[in-house]
Amino acid sequence: MSDKIKFTVDGQEGLAEPGQTIYEAAKANGIYIPVLCHFEGLKPVGSCRICSVKSNGRWMASCTQPVTQGMIIENMTPEVEEYRKALIEMLFVEGNHFCPACEKSGNCELQALAYRYQIMVPRFPYLFPKREIEAFPKFLLEHNRCVQCQRCVRGVQTEDGQKIFALHERSNNLRINVDRQLATEMSNEQVQQAMDICPVGAILKKEAGFRIPIGKRKFDYRPIGSEIEEKE
Amino acid sequence: MTKPVIATASLAGCFGCHMSFLDIDEKILNLIELVEFDKSPIDDIKSFTRPVDIGLIEGGCCNAENVEVLGYFRKNCRILISVGECAIMGGLPAMRNTIPLKECLEEAYIKSLTVAPEDAFIPNDEELPLLLDRVYPCHEIVKIDYFLPGCPPSADLIWEALSALIQGRPIKLDYQLIKYD
Repeated sequence: MSDKIKFTVDGQEGLAEPGQTIYEAAKANGIYIPVLCHFEGLKPVGSCRICSVKSNGRWMASCTQPVTQGMIIENMTPEVEEYRKALIEMLFVEGNHFCPACEKSGNCELQALAYRYQIMVPRFPYLFPKREIEAFPKFLLEHNRCVQCQRCVRGVQTEDGQKIFALHERSNNLRINVDRQLATEMSNEQVQQAMDICPVGAILKKEAGFRIPIGKRKFDYRPIGSEIEEKE
Repeated sequence: MTKPVIATASLAGCFGCHMSFLDIDEKILNLIELVEFDKSPIDDIKSFTRPVDIGLIEGGCCNAENVEVLGYFRKNCRILISVGECAIMGGLPAMRNTIPLKECLEEAYIKSLTVAPEDAFIPNDEELPLLLDRVYPCHEIVKIDYFLPGCPPSADLIWEALSALIQGRPIKLDYQLIKYD
């Protein structure tokens, strides 16, 4: 197969299909690059930068950057890992993440990343922003926990393709806005899909919280990404 | 060689971290062989009797008394450790941080359904510790040397951290030891 792309991640060689992003190519070769705003099957937007890698002295979001012939990628180097750790810490201080009181705790990808990076305390001061909780017939939208990854914006649609979630305002005021009419008409399956697509506990299906006991949750014993690393 | 001395305190916490500390079960017998306790709710010693090596702080700072106790611990402890989510980020008490203090007090003492309107007033006695404008993580008040997250941190994490410190070896953090809930 001569049209395959050769690349290396931290010295480990891999082969990629043309058009694959760095994240996809690494994953196919059993190498985990942490992601947060990226979700399998959705068009990547590269907004959270957790998946940042370094190549040829440049930072790039591996979920959007295509892999090229001979690319030498730095993934688990101390510099890259420290940069990612700082980003995760920023997300924690920027919102109100009260893990002990969160229905998503144990299944939350933001928390799982913090566990993987063994973050004991963020280096930045907590901001405690004032944010609202919105209620809809079948779910809650907890703005305190939202990390603006836009997964719900990209992944949750009505049957005729209308978006239910959208971004509203910019910068510090950026938040998720919901079409109240469409949200009211959502089926139970769609609400479940929205909750599953949300990496944190911002979209919560009503009457479904704390169903999985401690010890059986997704990230209780297995670090996020271990399913990719153990595949090889 | 004298034994290392430990002191503990619960500020704006629920004593859950202290319960988790006691949850080291029979290892507490090993611990009392290794260390001595000074000021702590566990032995009910009210004030420091000597310089302390390791101070364990549970809970954040929600009032003036918490700040005073925390400062007192910093002065008397060589190493100070924030134990649990409340000490590290304010925890559940910090849920009031986005609501102005006046509103919180009015909700509790004036508007509450169980308050008789004619008797309603916000307590303001000099005996009562003054509430802070918000709940502060301990490291925003004094320097904190180590952090043990969890609600509460597991007994295994507390044990591993303490035994590593006492033995002067690096801490071994297994994946499942770090939890925020």
